[in-house]
Amino acid sequence: MAINVKDLDRDFKYQVMREPGGEYLSRCFACGTCTASCPVREIDERFNPRKIIRMTLLGMKKEVIESEFVWLCTACYMCQERCPQDVKITDLMNAIKNVAVKEGFIHPSYTAQVEALKKFSRLYEVGEFENKKRQKIGLPALDTETKKEFVQVIDDYVSGLLKEGEE
Amino acid sequence: MKYAFFLGCTVPVRAQNYELSARRVAEKLGIELVDVPEFRCCGYPIKSVNFKGHLVMTAINLALAERQGLNITTLCNACSVTMIESNEELKAHPEFLEEVNGELSKFGLEYKGTVKVKHFARVLYEDYGPEKLKEHIIRPLEGYRFASHYGCHFIRPSSVYAEFDDPQYPVSLDRLVEVTGAEAVDYPEKQLCCGGGILGIKEDVALALSNKKLGIVKEKNADGMISICPFCSIMYEGNQKKIEKTYEKEYGIPVLYYTQILGLAMGFSSEEMGLKLNRIKPRALMEAFSNG
Repeated sequence: MAINVKDLDRDFKYQVMREPGGEYLSRCFACGTCTASCPVREIDERFNPRKIIRMTLLGMKKEVIESEFVWLCTACYMCQERCPQDVKITDLMNAIKNVAVKEGFIHPSYTAQVEALKKFSRLYEVGEFENKKRQKIGLPALDTETKKEFVQVIDDYVSGLLKEGEE
Repeated sequence: MKYAFFLGCTVPVRAQNYELSARRVAEKLGIELVDVPEFRCCGYPIKSVNFKGHLVMTAINLALAERQGLNITTLCNACSVTMIESNEELKAHPEFLEEVNGELSKFGLEYKGTVKVKHFARVLYEDYGPEKLKEHIIRPLEGYRFASHYGCHFIRPSSVYAEFDDPQYPVSLDRLVEVTGAEAVDYPEKQLCCGGGILGIKEDVALALSNKKLGIVKEKNADGMISICPFCSIMYEGNQKKIEKTYEKEYGIPVLYYTQILGLAMGFSSEEMGLKLNRIKPRALMEAFSNG
């Protein structure tokens, strides 16, 4: 696929670098240590950290944020440990995901997690049923209340982003 | 030794054998675990969505512990790394702490930044120490061979764990396994990720990652894997049958939580350590250490 300069978004890299974790993007000299260290890349070639970094630096915004591969990072930090330029690649992948979400592209698995957190303040519900099971094996019952603090955080920081995505 | 006990989301629902064994072991060792009823999610799932939102979520929990003057211990690698990293971020960026406290003030909370967070296995390794732990071993697990699985977020990123263990060639959990009298089996790719972080994104890739390590451990003929993270256990144990079917393999590898084998060696029965809740039954241990 040829890259057309007219399709590139020159602001994209700055947008990523403004996100927490994206600050060191421009340090990359494309050695590929990240890709060689990546356990996901070994299984699925679509996930290639060096390529994602290159695409981001070039301004291939649409191709990066609309694709599934940015969500394939397991956050194992092996690339980050081995990067000779200290790009902090795992943190960078997170920054790219945050940009994708701001642009309306959140992976549905995260939408589901946000919904669960808003409902239960936990990823999994702890209700009467779970507490009975816990007590039966000698564990204390847990507080089942949905905490207003957690609802508020999601409303203040996340809900707005999800609505934009639906439009 | 006293810690606020942070359970997170997965442990209390999907790893009750871990929680049970950790509570029992801690009590016998004299490590006081204080339950904080208001604790909720650590904020990890929100990090990929919105970094600042995740910082606030973490800080709510940190502030609750700080209010009681307690440091935090957790059983989950993801909870550990999230709270440790957020703590560092709030220290390094006063403007983040200011924003977070602006949000916390809505609920009458404030975070000053004084709480330390440690995984329970690290508490055992550092605060208690292998030598002192050995004094509690009354029934060494001689003849058993276990493969330690550290999980990524127990040792990486080294920016927050440098003082603890090597990010690529860790030793701490192997030493802890040896405390029980069992052999810590050495094997390649000990640092390999379980794939749990992307199970909900792309299951086949996640399972392929777990399959890789299960294959390596099988070749070493270990009696089981030792985990210290509920999600790693879900991958290697909860999904093992699915992996066997997908890849036409026969593993049958029990996956135990470290606190379970430590407890057995300290004299607890397999019933007390919740071994019957393990999905792949560690039959030899269950028979040898049953109280019935």
